[in-house]
Amino acid sequence: MAGVRALGVLSRLSAKRYALLTGSSFRTFSVVPAMQARTHVNYEVKGDVAVIRMNDPNSKVNTLSVQMQKEMIEVMDELWADNAVNSAVLISSKPGCFIAGADINMIQACKDAEEVAKLSQEGQKMFEQVEKSPKPIVAAINGSCLGGGLEFAIACQYRVATKSKKTVLGTPEVMLGLLPGAGGTQRLPKMVGLPSAFDMMLTGRNIRADKAKKMGLVDHLVDPLGPGLKSPEERTIDYLEEIAIECARGIANKKIPLRKEKGRMQKIQDYIMSFELVRNQIYKTVHGKVMKQSKGLYPAPLKIIECVKTGVEQGPTAGYLAESQNFGQLAKTTESAALIGLYHGQVACKKNRFGTPEKEVKTLAILGAGLMGAGIAQVTVDKGVHTILKDTALAGLARGEQQVYKGLNDKTKKKSITSFQRDSILSNLTGQLDYKGFEKADMVIEAVFEDINIKHAVLKEVEAVVSPQCIFATNTSALPIKEIAAVSKRPEKVIGMHYFSPVDKMQLLEIITTDKTSKDTTASAVAVGLKQGKVIIVVGDGPGFYTTRCLAPMLAEAVRVLQEGVDPKKLDALTTNFGFPVGAATLADEVGIDVAAHVAEDLGKAFGSRFGGGNVDVLKTMVDLGFKGRKSGKGCYVYQPGSKVKEVNPEIGDILEKFKMAANPAVSSDSDVQYRLVSRFVNEAVLCLQEGILNNPLEGDIGAVFGLGFPPSHGGPFRFVDSFGADKLVEKMRRFEAIYGNQFTPCQLLLDHAKNSSKKFHK
Amino acid sequence: MASMLLNSMRSCSVSHSWAMRFGVRSLSATAPLQAQVQTKSKKTLARPGVKNIVLVEGVRTPFLLSGTMYVDLMPHDLARAALQGLLNRTGVPKDAVDYIIYGTVIQEVKTSNVAREAAMGAGFSDKIPAHTVTMACISSNQAMTSAVGLIAAGQCDAVVAGGVEFMSDVPIRHSRKMRKTMLSLNKAKTLGQKLSLIGSIRMAHLSPELPAVAEFSTAETMGHSADRLAAAFGVSRVEQDEFAVRSHSLAKKAQESGLLEDVISFKVPGRDIVSKDNGIRPSSMEQMAKLKPAFIKPHGTVTAANSSFLTDGASAVLIMSEEKALAMGYKPKAYLRDFVYVSQDPKDQLLLGPTYSTPKVLERAGLSMSDIDVFEFHEAFAGQIMANLKAMDSDWFAQTYMGRKSKVGTPSMDKFNLWGGSLSLGHPFGATGCRLVTTVAHRLKKEGGQYGLVAACAAGGQGHAMVIEAYPQ
Repeated sequence: MAGVRALGVLSRLSAKRYALLTGSSFRTFSVVPAMQARTHVNYEVKGDVAVIRMNDPNSKVNTLSVQMQKEMIEVMDELWADNAVNSAVLISSKPGCFIAGADINMIQACKDAEEVAKLSQEGQKMFEQVEKSPKPIVAAINGSCLGGGLEFAIACQYRVATKSKKTVLGTPEVMLGLLPGAGGTQRLPKMVGLPSAFDMMLTGRNIRADKAKKMGLVDHLVDPLGPGLKSPEERTIDYLEEIAIECARGIANKKIPLRKEKGRMQKIQDYIMSFELVRNQIYKTVHGKVMKQSKGLYPAPLKIIECVKTGVEQGPTAGYLAESQNFGQLAKTTESAALIGLYHGQVACKKNRFGTPEKEVKTLAILGAGLMGAGIAQVTVDKGVHTILKDTALAGLARGEQQVYKGLNDKTKKKSITSFQRDSILSNLTGQLDYKGFEKADMVIEAVFEDINIKHAVLKEVEAVVSPQCIFATNTSALPIKEIAAVSKRPEKVIGMHYFSPVDKMQLLEIITTDKTSKDTTASAVAVGLKQGKVIIVVGDGPGFYTTRCLAPMLAEAVRVLQEGVDPKKLDALTTNFGFPVGAATLADEVGIDVAAHVAEDLGKAFGSRFGGGNVDVLKTMVDLGFKGRKSGKGCYVYQPGSKVKEVNPEIGDILEKFKMAANPAVSSDSDVQYRLVSRFVNEAVLCLQEGILNNPLEGDIGAVFGLGFPPSHGGPFRFVDSFGADKLVEKMRRFEAIYGNQFTPCQLLLDHAKNSSKKFHK
Repeated sequence: MASMLLNSMRSCSVSHSWAMRFGVRSLSATAPLQAQVQTKSKKTLARPGVKNIVLVEGVRTPFLLSGTMYVDLMPHDLARAALQGLLNRTGVPKDAVDYIIYGTVIQEVKTSNVAREAAMGAGFSDKIPAHTVTMACISSNQAMTSAVGLIAAGQCDAVVAGGVEFMSDVPIRHSRKMRKTMLSLNKAKTLGQKLSLIGSIRMAHLSPELPAVAEFSTAETMGHSADRLAAAFGVSRVEQDEFAVRSHSLAKKAQESGLLEDVISFKVPGRDIVSKDNGIRPSSMEQMAKLKPAFIKPHGTVTAANSSFLTDGASAVLIMSEEKALAMGYKPKAYLRDFVYVSQDPKDQLLLGPTYSTPKVLERAGLSMSDIDVFEFHEAFAGQIMANLKAMDSDWFAQTYMGRKSKVGTPSMDKFNLWGGSLSLGHPFGATGCRLVTTVAHRLKKEGGQYGLVAACAAGGQGHAMVIEAYPQ
């Protein structure tokens, strides 16, 4: 389903951006005392500088696990006692990772909030010792320095970082419903100032090394090196170590001052911040912003503000206490569990469970240079894949190629790539109007108009020119793949790849396999999707697959709610207050009223009265009047270019008046309306699992959150059932069923879960 | 395209005075070194079916720090001086040359085909066509090999090749915005249109655009890349400083012993006669150590003193087919044999041209490192030379990055840049290639060797190498 714009928290939940806290759950805790060799932390003394090296042998990344912390404390104690050592360098032996964060499993293993709070206090204590170390410690950072890793680094006396693209600093805890619980909320404001500290902790965004230097988060930058007598990665780490050793020695000899001269701007800022009034204003503004964006559905940002405020206003003792207590409480919230669940799900959906395809896709042809086709080209061309973009008309092709260029040029403007890289990436794109070169294509993705006859025509044309090994993928939001594949000479090579618009922003890719699709075809489609940076769910074929099928009943209910006299703005408010990033009415406009009408009609035919509710004619009338949503300038709302305030389309009132239905006061309270919308979504999702469209609940959650904007705070429909209680949900549905009929009949699987409360979708 | 930023510290040189002191240097300064000339009996590289092409003569103007004596000239003036010097030295008739090719890097817009402007001004017949080539620091190498190509293809018999660089003046442009406004102004018809265009000019329009100091593809300056390269190969600051001191000391010695025969005297219009390079300044290791890094601060190792400096200068060589040279009664200096151009990653291997080109050209010529008697490598930075030497000595690098079975080995330092190099003599980007080739020819003669090797790196991640064979005495 096109056009879901992920906002706020959702859009930041990108696994690519933070290699966070991967679980190395098989870590041995069987520590034999005494002479046991250390496995995670070691050190070597070079001159008078000790080089402390971290390397978790069981994982690709370093995490602040129990073992890592224990060994770190041991090493520190030894160094403090060693008279030959005057300073130390803290460095990771892993290329691309300093410390990726705390060990998430360690936190989840805790029984209650007190236990988590204790973990936090231990972390705080350890970093306090680091901060007060009599011998200067230099953190040498290459790769991700996130969460607990950043808190460790800022407790050190000095930070040296490589300018590598992989070097990012940040506090992503908020995205997991947590807060920086090892002194981060206390140290960060002192280091970078209140506004930047709030920005970092509340958005969880990653900061690149050069920006970190400007903010004062890093003291010294080192350029990454190319190949020399060792590989670039190895040599860069060695070089970083050499420079960090020089710095450590310089600090110990008092040649490098630890307190930098403050700039004039800094002094002015400090002066302004010395007024309580100003600080209070900042807390208020930040609080307001958080409430506006999160609707108060996420406790973590509010707790972060509280901890910072306590520390600044009441001193460190109160601050650290507030931090550890709140950390403990947050770790046990359903929101945190939901967000951590999504994180794990995202990691799982970034793997190819179908194995390595026999043939790598090196040339990908895309049919149709519309928003979708060009969007797919956009995410493909920069991955070193030769991309053919074919359209039938020159004007359409030009628009599509411009979209690809613009996407890359925007990256150039943001300096994430150079103009030279942009040009060299674009050289992988061939725009054309004919089928020239298709014989070399390993995969063709069609993104032509959603009409079965056109799809059939295109499929036949393509099969006439491509090699027998070439995969044919169809990008459709509702047409069953079986029907499209019906005219194919080799249905085992036909697969559905449902992208979400805008393709470069939306992370989800829904891959649809028919019973004829071969495993290798699926593996290849997943491999392409992963290369494009997508989070992938693989679902079975059927009308509306998974995502469209869940959304359709909710939209049908939304139409009914409108017909019952609820204003579109009110409908939007109800849905966003439940946690959807985009309100139902706005969503319909984004998707396109025509598309919604089309889908409602198709799926209505396929599933019968269960997909009823609102009258499809409401949508059809709107389409007839030209109210096709955002793309036509009018839908539920009026869209004027340049204007940010959107007004309700005045003409829609007449249509709704015409189709008016009487609202039943028994099920029309705000909360009832919310649950009417959500329960139909959730029930359909569970039904998809029951029918085998979905492979597992995890993919169902990921698909709903990343494709349709299901509230991340609930972690997806399945986690919602687990935490809300299947029985409670069934009870509500029965009440709605009594009035509206079978649209609210709970499916069997949901009933099973309601009957037996020990049954959970997520263990 | 070395350290443009460094000229300020370098240009306060004391060495103008030498030029005056030594006024006119006697060109017939036969040195005692010449006594031991004795050609070794190695096989010749002549191949059946391949034309023998010879270097008849090579000259250059003195290379001066930019902003010194040449400051008021234009690039073609320097090129003209080199061409005139070549004419004087060889006595070649002004219409006996078939073609003229010049290399240059930073072009003066007014004389973009500087070869043609200089040739006419130097008194060559206006019937001789001339063109200009550019390939960063190997531009004049490209000019020479283009000449070799023309002769080998039978299209020409005698070609003058050369190079010129003039860093005392570089084209500084108006900003793109301003240029756009000015060009629109040309087309504006009514006064109203003109006024509105003039009115659209803002402060931002007025900031000038300097010629790029940075690699276009990576936006990294060459000095920065050199520093990273040195670090990648673990080249220390001391190693770099030592090499720079070596270069300056050897250059000083060569200059004092009169070995730099290719330098011609040049009467600078409105000023005195210049007949010596003025950038040679041997200093102590203590003095070298005092300098702060110029590019990567504060921990970098490349400084102003261990980098080549911005230089003005021009060079020219006369290249002929062997028959033609002999028919005209010349005694050629050397054969120009196999040559290669290479290119690699402009980001991390920007200055590794010699490492890639050396084994390739040796293979082509069927020689090994130990066969070479004279090495002349272009010294862009001391760190770059040391990094190349280490790369050539690494089996790992040869296998991992060059697809070779083993390393090519390092040149013996007893044969390496014995008369100084770009670090000390100076490096006018477009002119250095001819200096290298001429120096090899002169050294082969002086030292009695048979084969010489020229190698150089260039911006864009390119490189070049050429094998030169002594002409039988």
